[in-house]
Amino acid sequence: MSPAHTAAARLSGAAPIFAALGDVTRLHIVARLCGEGPQSIARLADGAAVSRQAITKHLHALEGVGLARSSRIGRERIWELRTKRLSEVRLYLDQIAQQWDAALTRLRAFVEKDDL
Amino acid sequence: MAMDTDRIVKKVMLRAPHHRVWSAISDASQFGSWFGVRFDGPFVAATNVIGRIVPTTVDAEVARSQEAYEGTALEISVDRVEPPRLFSFRWHPYAVERGVDYSKEPTTLVVFELEEVSGGTMLTVTESGFDRIPIERRAKAFASNQQGWTAQMQLIEKYLAMAA
Repeated sequence: MSPAHTAAARLSGAAPIFAALGDVTRLHIVARLCGEGPQSIARLADGAAVSRQAITKHLHALEGVGLARSSRIGRERIWELRTKRLSEVRLYLDQIAQQWDAALTRLRAFVEKDDL
Repeated sequence: MAMDTDRIVKKVMLRAPHHRVWSAISDASQFGSWFGVRFDGPFVAATNVIGRIVPTTVDAEVARSQEAYEGTALEISVDRVEPPRLFSFRWHPYAVERGVDYSKEPTTLVVFELEEVSGGTMLTVTESGFDRIPIERRAKAFASNQQGWTAQMQLIEKYLAMAA
């Protein structure tokens, strides 16, 4: 596969992460799991502006893109972030960095052509 | 895990004299010819310049894929022009969605720094301020630019093939 295809495949894989994070409530849940660590839906719902059902729905959306996962501990289900997946958000910068690479390649051609 | 999500730094060594690189970067029409944009005026410190995206002349196929963005306005707010060492401006990264008013959103700062070295010029490009860009905007920019990004990759490959 060419580098362009590989890169495009990587980007396609990360697109759902951005879609999942493009929601204020989900972003808020991510921030709490990040700052306070793994916790139950009951604790996440405590003091939240949205219902427990809504939080459950959002957690499943985050789970769907690999950003969160849950495990049963005793009678409770505890949710936590999968930080490796979250770090792929860095792809946004990688993409802009690649555009700079392309632009600087054109600059190089532009300034070096007279001096060959 | 230390990961800078706020800035991008690119360093390139150009085999061209300092003054040549300086004019390619600080002269609006020269900047436009390699960047792929046509500006309506010169770069003057603390003033705004409007540009329009124009397709690359390097590759017909890539140019066709860029047609979607052709004519898209690109506003640059020139920050500092300090010959022959520093040129900087602010803009809205990825402001390519039509009908969206970006003027209220935070900008990023792009800084070009030149340094004379043996055999040419060392250029450092730093774009910073990404942490303040709304996450929804990042998601949208990401989705809408996948096509353009693939095209850029093809452009690089073409250049490398031509140089080989």
